[in-house]
Amino acid sequence: MTDVLAPTPTQHHDDHHGDEHHGPTGIVKWLTTTDHKIIGLSYTVTSVLMLVIGGFFAEIIRLQLSSPNGSLVSLAQYNELFTMHGSVMIYLFVGPFAFGALANIIVPIQIGAPDMAFPRLNALSYWLYLTGSITMLSGFFTSGGAANFGWVGYAPLSNSLNTPGAGADLWIGGLLLTGFSAIFTGVNLTATIFYLRAPGMTMFRMPIFTWNLLVTGILILLAFPVLTAGLIMLYCDRHFGTHIFSNTGGGVPVLWQHIFWFWGHPEVYILALPMFGMVTEVIAVFSKKPVFGYKGMIFATLTIAALSLGVWAHHMFTTGVVLLPFFSIMSLLIAVPTGIKMFNWIGTMWRGQIWFSTAMLMSLGFLFTFLIGGLTGIYLASPPLDFFTHDTYFVVAHFHSVVMALVLGAMAGLFYWGPKITGYILDERLGKAQFWFLFLGSQVFTFPQYLLGLYGMSRRMAVYPEQPQWQHLNELSTLGALMIGVSTILFVINIGYSWKKYPAGDNPWDAQTLEWFTTSPPPHHNFYRLPQIRSERPTWDYNHPEHRSLEHGTDHVVGAETEAHA
Amino acid sequence: MKVEAKMLLFLGLFFGAMCAVYWNWSLENAGGVMMFAGMLLCFLPGSYYYWWSRRMKERPEDNPNATQAEGAGVIDTFPGSSIFPFVLGMGAFFTVLALVFGVWLLVPGLALAGWAFLGGIGEGRRGGTH
Repeated sequence: MTDVLAPTPTQHHDDHHGDEHHGPTGIVKWLTTTDHKIIGLSYTVTSVLMLVIGGFFAEIIRLQLSSPNGSLVSLAQYNELFTMHGSVMIYLFVGPFAFGALANIIVPIQIGAPDMAFPRLNALSYWLYLTGSITMLSGFFTSGGAANFGWVGYAPLSNSLNTPGAGADLWIGGLLLTGFSAIFTGVNLTATIFYLRAPGMTMFRMPIFTWNLLVTGILILLAFPVLTAGLIMLYCDRHFGTHIFSNTGGGVPVLWQHIFWFWGHPEVYILALPMFGMVTEVIAVFSKKPVFGYKGMIFATLTIAALSLGVWAHHMFTTGVVLLPFFSIMSLLIAVPTGIKMFNWIGTMWRGQIWFSTAMLMSLGFLFTFLIGGLTGIYLASPPLDFFTHDTYFVVAHFHSVVMALVLGAMAGLFYWGPKITGYILDERLGKAQFWFLFLGSQVFTFPQYLLGLYGMSRRMAVYPEQPQWQHLNELSTLGALMIGVSTILFVINIGYSWKKYPAGDNPWDAQTLEWFTTSPPPHHNFYRLPQIRSERPTWDYNHPEHRSLEHGTDHVVGAETEAHA
Repeated sequence: MKVEAKMLLFLGLFFGAMCAVYWNWSLENAGGVMMFAGMLLCFLPGSYYYWWSRRMKERPEDNPNATQAEGAGVIDTFPGSSIFPFVLGMGAFFTVLALVFGVWLLVPGLALAGWAFLGGIGEGRRGGTH
């Protein structure tokens, strides 16, 4: 047990020289830790490993498609590969990375908290995530192979008649475990942000990253239980003879789509909002400016969360049983807060002193790629266009633009916060090479797919008609995928190359928020001392007293009244 | 606490309004029920926080002019390292594997989960190794 004393301004480094934390070491430390930084690091390593595994599946898929009658894998193997590529990337990489990895490490430090609100629950989240990942991937080692009904598991394809075998059940089991992991993380994030903020850290002084993670936590609590319930129903259909998702017993197959997408579309924002937050922080820091339109940014995030619960059936326009105008209007409306965010990011950079570090380049790449993904999303929100492009490569290209933007955002976060987490900076030259491969690769990878979709190539096909334009576009797309693969290899090389090479110091980027006030890596329970918090960028105000932030909506310098004591 | 409460109540109100429009317009039940449940899920903690925010003393983290000294003292008890999250995670793992490979896996699954529950309760607020 550790009673945590809130640090006071009178405490200094010297009072606590060295690490006062004496606990188990080695593997026992890893198994028994409740420290949010170690759990977050485990999350980071595991989810980046999942990115590599999912990326490996993607490369096989793209190599198969580089010629019309590719024979790299069989048709059955291809079904397993695209299913597990989507599942690994969405359930095991982007999601856990977004709300489990950097969020776990950074959110408590950004608000001046000693740890997450429920450290043991936090540890349980990680173990459920790890075992869920193992469960899902172990489908490849069963005789029937892994799940092969697509990452959405549509009924009735996913019932026991059409997809017998252990692979599908392992997919469901893995999702049950990771689903509970996500719910616990949502509880933890929300409780931490509500209850463990430092004195003076009011809600409207929290960094945008923390705000976005709060909204993400609330969205997790709204969305994930629906998926978990749906999976239990699917399992009952498969094994206990219920007919919830089958016509034969009076069930409704399309109900699965309602349940899945009622989770699935908020999930898109659960994945995106943390990356939005990372990019916001990076752009502000490397432009040497406060976030432009801080409150507008928060209200945009809340608006996205509010609208996200009412857009799910835009994935189901072609089923013919959903209310087209409602979902079309709601989906189009969500472009408004997202547009506000775009505007604010550009406003933050406007007339700033921009430092084109790797993290900043990744963020700019995010803006560009996300803009393409977002704008094509507006097309797809229009039912007539969606009828034309549904289940074609246009949709595939749309959401790959979005998720490649999220990967760029994730990399921005890793390059930005990596020094805080490890104490060492990643190599900038290798990082910039990685950026160009990743950014250009993303565009070369998705752009031909938009055209292929408009030419009518449908998704999830392992072979396609021999038409010269289709083949050339597919070759180009494969080239893009290989470039993305090279960027991932460069990242791994960079970690090895920069291992304990460039010490970071406490605040290598001259950053603004509270996590840069403590040491790198932070001590057990995070802080030896805290500055007075008078704005949303306390570290900046402390380091640059002559350029302190202004009160919102006024031209008063913050903390002027307490200057004598501070 | 007021901002937190109002945020949740606002989200709940929005979901309620959206649910009313959707349910009356589409006559489709699944989405209507899920939105209604979403509304309740926001009202439940939102109203609790609102009720408390009107009764509790202002917390230092809600006071824009608070000094760090106001937060001094024991703010919470954090558990030390503990093996039981791992044990419970393994219990859940085996329980889920029982769904796939046979009921016998429930034996290690529930045993581990039971050990974790008992051990975790025994550990209680004392925490683990330190």
